[in-house]
Amino acid sequence: MYLGFVVLLPLAALVWRSTREGGHGFWQAISAPEAVAATKLTFVAAFAVAAINAVMGTVLAWVLVRDRFLGQGIVNALIDLPFALPTIVAGLTLVALYGPRSPVGVDAAYTRWAILLALLFVTLPFVVRTVQPTLLELDREMEEAAVSLGAGKLTVFRRIVLPNLVPAILSGVALAYARAIGEFGSVVLITGNLPFKTEVASVYIYGQIQSGAPGTAAAVSVLLLAVSLGVLLAIGALRRWAWRHDG
Amino acid sequence: MGRYLLRFAGLGYLAVLLVVPVGLVFWRTFEHGLSAPWHAVMTHDARHAFWLTILIALVAVPANTVFGVALALAIVRRRFPGKGIVNAVVDLPLALSPVVIGLALLLLYGRLGWFGPFLDRHGIQIVFALPGMILATIFVSLPFVVREVVPVLREIGTEQEQAASTLGASGFQTLVRITLPAIRWAIAYGVVLTTARCLGEFGAVSVVSGRLAGKTDTLTLYVQDQFESFDLTGAYAASVLLALLAIATLVAMNVFRPKEEIR
Repeated sequence: MYLGFVVLLPLAALVWRSTREGGHGFWQAISAPEAVAATKLTFVAAFAVAAINAVMGTVLAWVLVRDRFLGQGIVNALIDLPFALPTIVAGLTLVALYGPRSPVGVDAAYTRWAILLALLFVTLPFVVRTVQPTLLELDREMEEAAVSLGAGKLTVFRRIVLPNLVPAILSGVALAYARAIGEFGSVVLITGNLPFKTEVASVYIYGQIQSGAPGTAAAVSVLLLAVSLGVLLAIGALRRWAWRHDG
Repeated sequence: MGRYLLRFAGLGYLAVLLVVPVGLVFWRTFEHGLSAPWHAVMTHDARHAFWLTILIALVAVPANTVFGVALALAIVRRRFPGKGIVNAVVDLPLALSPVVIGLALLLLYGRLGWFGPFLDRHGIQIVFALPGMILATIFVSLPFVVREVVPVLREIGTEQEQAASTLGASGFQTLVRITLPAIRWAIAYGVVLTTARCLGEFGAVSVVSGRLAGKTDTLTLYVQDQFESFDLTGAYAASVLLALLAIATLVAMNVFRPKEEIR
């Protein structure tokens, strides 16, 4: 009941509104040049961010589990900071360092690099937090056996460790991808929201709402909703698959 | 050698992306002493935004805690048709853009929405007012308690609960004396995550609030307003306030983190 009232009812209203102008109106809304540019940019940026996260997230998880150094506990706690920090604050901190008044002389504001930065900031924890527990539970004996049979470090990682981590990495990447597609707060300050250049889908929807075009906003929203739902179902399928292969 | 390279790469990435930007905002806020940021957060609008944020969290967090535990119990202990769908829908707010959530609420409760004419006639205002902002915040922070409680419920099983009921405990007694104590840490962790999300919510609230400074501005909206009207002191000061709340959350998270993750 609660779930239906809080989540499903508003979403039903959203889907209903997007179809009120018929299939043709829906198509027109999502194929408007600015909408296409914004959604394309969003999907490409989210993809790039997911790929970078796959590598850096795994590296960070590895450093946290297999390495030992001073202050490791603090680093471990810091990983969650992007979850705890409001997105608008995340955006502001990035503007402060990489914006027009940057003390290091890097001005990425109002460019596409800014989108990448903001999305990397907010999606940082996902892959780390899915890979870390898997890496922790991984049996070291397999790796030791491989080493004793003459395998080099790189071979061990590629042939033994990585295959075991793939499900965890993929589900982290999928979460990061879903998050990156919908991100709003952190990109709104640093990107300048220039149509056709740095305007992502969420910002486009926001703009359409503000300029009194809820039909267009609803159509693009439904597109995002469908992608989010697809990613969630994919993660669910992935988990079941990994679980079956475990036991 | 490779080990240090990895350590350097990982920590360097973290520094460039996370530590240095956040540190800089703190430094910028306090570089001219304490009085400027103090006055910035003591203005009428900032104080109002702060209390509004707290008020919204005070409604949304208990609501999501009670219903979150109920939902988790339903998902784990009951069998009903459409359970798989319920499971997916619970996660949806995590994957969905907050702007989309805001728009959905607007289309339901707004003037042109489904309930719009009805609410209009009775003089109830939800959108562009506090109730809408609370609903939006509840929506975005719904999954956290459920997600933390579900695995713990699965793990503890039903043996103790069954033992209690064979000894004559009522359903309510079993819940209060057996089930709730067993999941209390998971609830606490979920509450911490929910609180963080509530305090920091921006996108969804920004759509449904109507952005009236001093009336429906939360702290996150206030940060954006100040930034866009070139009051950097105010924006930085409010950000630092939010960041301090976030760091407090982080500390609480590490206290309550589920045991198996502690090394």
